[in-house]
Amino acid sequence: MQAIEEKLYKENGYNLHLIQSKKYKTINIVVKFKTPLEKETITKRALLNYVLQQGTKTHTNARELRTALDDLYGAVLSIDGGKKGESHIMTVRMEIANEKYLSSNDDIIEQAMNLMNEIIFHPKTENDQFDSKIVAREKQTLKQKMESIVDDKMSYANMRLIDEMCNDEPYHLHVHGYPEDLDSITAANLFEYYQSLLVNDQMDIYVLGDIEGKSINKLAQSKFSREQSVNKVPQQIKTKKIAKIKEVKDEQVVQQAKLHLGYRTNILFKDPEYFALQVFNGMFGGFPSSKLFMNVREKHSLAYYAASRIESHKGLLFVFSGIDPNDYHKAKDIILEQMELMKQGDFTEEQVEEIKNMVVNQMLETMDHPQGLIELLYHQILADTQIKPDQMIEKIKQVKKDDLLKIGEKIELDTVYFLTNKGGNENEKN
Amino acid sequence: MKKTNYEQLKEVVYSEKLDNGLSVFLLPKKEMAKTFGIFSTDYGSIDQTFVPIGQEEPITVPDGIAHFLEHKLFEKEDRDVFQDFTKRGASANAFTSFTKTAYLFSATSSIEENMQTLLDFVQDPYFSEQSVEKEKGIIGQEITMYDDQPDWRSFFGTIQSLYQNHPVQIDIAGTIDSIAEITKDDLYTCYNTFYHPSNMSVFVAGNFEPESMMKLIKDNQSKKEFPVMSDIDRSFPDEPVEVAKKKHVIEMPVSVSKCLVGIKENVKDDSTEAFLKKDLLVDMLLDHFFSKSGEFYQELYDKDLIDNSFSFESNLERNFGFSILGGNTQKPDQLAEEIKGMLLKLKDFSLNEEQFERIKRKKIGHLLRAMNSLEFISTQFVHYNLLGIDLFEVVPAIEKLSVEEANNFLHQWIDEERIAVCQVIPSKG
Repeated sequence: MQAIEEKLYKENGYNLHLIQSKKYKTINIVVKFKTPLEKETITKRALLNYVLQQGTKTHTNARELRTALDDLYGAVLSIDGGKKGESHIMTVRMEIANEKYLSSNDDIIEQAMNLMNEIIFHPKTENDQFDSKIVAREKQTLKQKMESIVDDKMSYANMRLIDEMCNDEPYHLHVHGYPEDLDSITAANLFEYYQSLLVNDQMDIYVLGDIEGKSINKLAQSKFSREQSVNKVPQQIKTKKIAKIKEVKDEQVVQQAKLHLGYRTNILFKDPEYFALQVFNGMFGGFPSSKLFMNVREKHSLAYYAASRIESHKGLLFVFSGIDPNDYHKAKDIILEQMELMKQGDFTEEQVEEIKNMVVNQMLETMDHPQGLIELLYHQILADTQIKPDQMIEKIKQVKKDDLLKIGEKIELDTVYFLTNKGGNENEKN
Repeated sequence: MKKTNYEQLKEVVYSEKLDNGLSVFLLPKKEMAKTFGIFSTDYGSIDQTFVPIGQEEPITVPDGIAHFLEHKLFEKEDRDVFQDFTKRGASANAFTSFTKTAYLFSATSSIEENMQTLLDFVQDPYFSEQSVEKEKGIIGQEITMYDDQPDWRSFFGTIQSLYQNHPVQIDIAGTIDSIAEITKDDLYTCYNTFYHPSNMSVFVAGNFEPESMMKLIKDNQSKKEFPVMSDIDRSFPDEPVEVAKKKHVIEMPVSVSKCLVGIKENVKDDSTEAFLKKDLLVDMLLDHFFSKSGEFYQELYDKDLIDNSFSFESNLERNFGFSILGGNTQKPDQLAEEIKGMLLKLKDFSLNEEQFERIKRKKIGHLLRAMNSLEFISTQFVHYNLLGIDLFEVVPAIEKLSVEEANNFLHQWIDEERIAVCQVIPSKG
């Protein structure tokens, strides 16, 4: 295995990150646009993910664009939006076959960069605005997406937990936007917003694969140069004082209830304690050997899944479990007890070593996946800090039991969210 | 140990069939951090009726037992095997499909110890009444979780409307009622019959030395004794060519309806070569007409019948096969009729050279992309191997396909009697 070498070039209007690797049979090109999360723009940004895939100046409808991608040995294009901490990230990804594995000599990467340039900078327009038919149709697609979230109970419960927990913080904003904001969006104002996004968002370009001997820098310069680069002041994430633990219950027609808990870790990616937090989360609920899995599932047979994960740029920790509606109190008590045991240090140095190995293993595995590696590297941009993957692994290896105890002191329960069956759990015995 | 060099894909596979019948395949990939090992048996949810080892008469076991067995194999008298892996920073998992049960680990260190653990825990069952009872609560929650997922309900509902008798229509996890009947003796019966090395294979891919890995596996196996095994006698009911019911409607508390159309594929009596061609062509043709660059996708999209949840998949096995396409829709009846109409008129289409060349390129590109993943390579290799196909020969096989073969297949692919529809619609009241 080779060490990950990320070469960073700060260019006019963008950062170019080049990662040479022989691990993959493909080349990944990823362009990320970052801006602060805002209610005013989130629905527009959600809609742009769909509109930009509907055609370009030369490939004037979705089918022609997809055909052009097919011709590039089935290049895979995706555009999506996500929130990391209090930033919104729009990501345009293209993955292409590396011609080294094909019996042809086409210069696929140059063609791919051309196509990326078209998709991002020259979308299909009419009269200096987006095609109004496309915008109308994609509004409908997005609306259907918003409506279908409630049909995926795990995502829905997660969204509701964050709604309640972060109701006065930008982090609660829904990544798919809001139906009531759709009406006021037009082909003209959406295009206008997109032009400002192209100027103002921070742009990072990643190219990953066996790219030795290809002049990516020159290609990028000709395809992605922008008029100006705007250096935004890094965002300050405020920590919120918890006045009272919130308990929220929703009722729907479901077979299985979802019990989700939200904690505040008060620790962000750039903080020195971040790596101990990762180990803490691993011990608490990150793996099948964690306290949550061992107790909620294996010992008490209450759930098929019971796990936790952290949000690295907002300082949150979430617990997820799917249980019988009648087991609310029992499951909640067991989960709270596991956190209490974590805080009390109910684990050995040996167990800490095991979990550290697991976290390192997970990170190395993530780096074997092209998209996983890019996401891992992008943390540095999000946190406005510099730390190489090798250094991250080193930091995890240095974590000791005492460090976890200090993490425990910082973690606070904020909200308990329960999605349960209508007419639910009244006759439960504890 | 046999060494096969695949020049175009720059991969080398080492293989050997051991004395006890176990098939072993090794794919060293030094550039990867991790190693992925998968130990799988040719035994899945469809293997419901069979003659147990050492007996004469066939029996039928409760629905969901292969999956139940998979859960229980991790538990030993004194410990949970998950912990043996996690102690070394490795992760373990398992899955049960219609035709296979597989146990796997991935690790970036202590590869040999983890490999020993994988081989040993799968070959050393411990089932007790108490632990079988405990698992019923956990699997019960797994079943209710799926019951709440409209995607799963519509997918399975489609299979149930395609098949009349074949056990592919039985939910892989079974039902709360069927798993209640499972006993530890049932588990041993299934285990002893289907977990014989001659019915199993090991595939390891990643960062390791092939010679020492092969030696480790051989040494491990030579220390264990297994009874002599003849071919397993499995029986499947006769399945008519036509679907069980043309339309199946599931009412659920959903906000957006779903509509899927299923094609019951005709796979009986195909040679291995014919099977692979069919396997590839079904996928490539669905992609040509129904992916985002496809004529039919665009038409459905323009008519406001689909959104980008629309997808298609096909699953061809030795004695059953199906393709399923569809997604979220506001007009489930109209979408069903449109898709059916499109499928039926495929008989009148013919692809030209240029179109078919593009289809082939796309398929090859996607296969290379999938091959970035050790998990994909490993599971797909095992899947194809059971069908007598070599995964690394698939790219040349695609390159060799001709437009005439594609058109011949297209012209006899679909019949109305092999099409069924399944819809999930919002429940009333």
